[in-house]
Amino acid sequence: MAEQAGYLFPNDLHILWMLMIVMYPYITGLVAGAFILSSLYHVFGRNELRPIGRLSLVASLGFLLFAPMTLMLHLGHPERGFNIMVTPNVSSAMAMFGFIYAAYLTLLLFEIWLVHRADIIVLASRSRGLLRTFYKVLALGVYDVSGEAKRIDHRVLVVLAAIGIPGASLLHGYVGFIFGAVKANPWWSTPLMPIIFLCSAIVSGIAMVVILYQIGMKFSGRRIDAPCMQSLARWLWLFVILSVTLELLEIMTLAYERAEEWTVIGPLLSDQLAFSFIGLQMVLGAMVPIILLGIVVLMSQYLSDQIRNTLCFVASLLLLVQVFAMRWNVVVGGQIFSKSLRGFRSGHSPGLFEKEGIILAVLIFVLPLLFIGLFNKILPVFERPESAEEAEGKQGLPAGAAPLL
Amino acid sequence: MTQASSSHSLPSRCTRREFIERGACALGAGVAVLVIGPAAVGSGSTATQPTATAPGAYDWTKHKYVYVIDTRKCIGCGACVRACTRENDVPPHYFRTWVERYQVSRTGDVNVESPNGAMDGFEPEVTGDDVTKAFFFPKLCCHCTNTPCVQLCPVGASYRTLDGVVLVDQKRCIGCGYCVQGCPYGTRFIHPVTHTASKCTLCYHRLTRGLTTACVQACPVGARMLGDTKKVGDRVAEIIATERVQVLQPELLTEPNCYYLGFSREAR
Repeated sequence: MAEQAGYLFPNDLHILWMLMIVMYPYITGLVAGAFILSSLYHVFGRNELRPIGRLSLVASLGFLLFAPMTLMLHLGHPERGFNIMVTPNVSSAMAMFGFIYAAYLTLLLFEIWLVHRADIIVLASRSRGLLRTFYKVLALGVYDVSGEAKRIDHRVLVVLAAIGIPGASLLHGYVGFIFGAVKANPWWSTPLMPIIFLCSAIVSGIAMVVILYQIGMKFSGRRIDAPCMQSLARWLWLFVILSVTLELLEIMTLAYERAEEWTVIGPLLSDQLAFSFIGLQMVLGAMVPIILLGIVVLMSQYLSDQIRNTLCFVASLLLLVQVFAMRWNVVVGGQIFSKSLRGFRSGHSPGLFEKEGIILAVLIFVLPLLFIGLFNKILPVFERPESAEEAEGKQGLPAGAAPLL
Repeated sequence: MTQASSSHSLPSRCTRREFIERGACALGAGVAVLVIGPAAVGSGSTATQPTATAPGAYDWTKHKYVYVIDTRKCIGCGACVRACTRENDVPPHYFRTWVERYQVSRTGDVNVESPNGAMDGFEPEVTGDDVTKAFFFPKLCCHCTNTPCVQLCPVGASYRTLDGVVLVDQKRCIGCGYCVQGCPYGTRFIHPVTHTASKCTLCYHRLTRGLTTACVQACPVGARMLGDTKKVGDRVAEIIATERVQVLQPELLTEPNCYYLGFSREAR
């Protein structure tokens, strides 16, 4: 039984949304963030981000595939989970998850297919036996890689990516809405919540791509593209500043208004969540990366590539912690105080082996990374110089490729 | 003397034999009342309760339930909590109803408590403060008209019956807990055994048989009252219509159907 201070409604002694519900917005945030980053290249023509154009899409897919696991592990009756799509209650914010998820997954798969289409055809023509059949299946019967076909591909891709931006925003804005629309909980109930969630999602998405890109380059023995890293640092810096500003604005408004709920939210942040809010979310996770990225952005000409990469890597790691801490502070923090607004229960420490325990949470975080690695074995996540050339307009199949039809 | 003799003459009308006979009769009657009385009163009160009817005969369009709690009458005995727990098999440390005790000191400090939901009542007041106001405050699901829990349920397992009771379909609930988070009054919980949302059903299994709720029946002082606004001349509906009643957190516009008499601003 949890310890309590002050008066809690008797049923508020039990914490309900635990680690998996922290993981859920965290993972979907990575999905949305990585996608929005990819659209900076695909839609907004930030060509310096080309080296991570594919990686960010595949990372988005990887995390998207495993996001429902968090919910399934949380549900009291996961076997009935699919009812959310069969008999949805249209007035429920949560009921929309299935539809938004399905639509977004379809869009993402199509976009990834388009991005990799030329590679699939090349690989199909170069491989033999079962592998060749596999790639031919992936090609979906379309083998036209002429300049005209590629131009159409590109146009469709831009449209899809453009639809994907509101799609990704909706996916994650909606996760914020799930919390923001609970009027019973003053720590959650704010119209700012979807925007805060979205901003921090973009932060986590970019940070994840920075880390994956650097690791990917390290393993493949290739050079990290300096303009790309510089650009990533700039975007990351912008969004972390936006994100932290919004997080602070919400709290400052509550404090300044001296709203009734401030009587619990004040002590909640300064006392109950002192470590995870002040320590992780604000100081180590926000202030430090803002300074590190500020150095990268403002003192670019004085930095060697190695220092830039290291600063970006460390800042990104800290930002991944920051966003996780933010999710934790929202989800768990919102349940530490009672709706009586008169008392607190002790914080939540997840166990190691339980259904909503640390091991499964780590697994859900690692599985998408393994997926990205596996995907890279099948289709190149990092554009090779020759495929870059092809994309520039080189027509037809490369030399040595066997005709497919 | 005349007066005295006349006053003396009164007992003279009753002989010793008669006195003993009458005394014996009175004593006998007293004993009879003491012995048979409780049983007779008990059977009498049962007789005044509506007798259970078959649930098949129940027509939910002919009822609209409301609940009134007179906090001025509540003595914090916890009989309602115990009755609810027994009637509905509520798991330990979870509550479909509970009673709070508010103690307000002269300086305005408010001390609220509900030890184990007041399952065993309350200890005598121990606070050293200068308590100027104290009261018991029973709580249960408010069966709101504009209820957030029904709005939030992703699969429609939480619903509101035509007679105004908010229920959970145990076969549909997926156990996500969104309704529990959404209830501003903390009246819902995820049942530790069934892993589904659980809450006060207003003893719907009893209502549909023409009985009242377990908590109302158990309350020794009549602080809890169940009414039916579709019943002509309903006493409880009349209280809501004519008395100054208050609901919990009216600013949330959930339109609770649980009304309080003797509400105090400290209660939330």
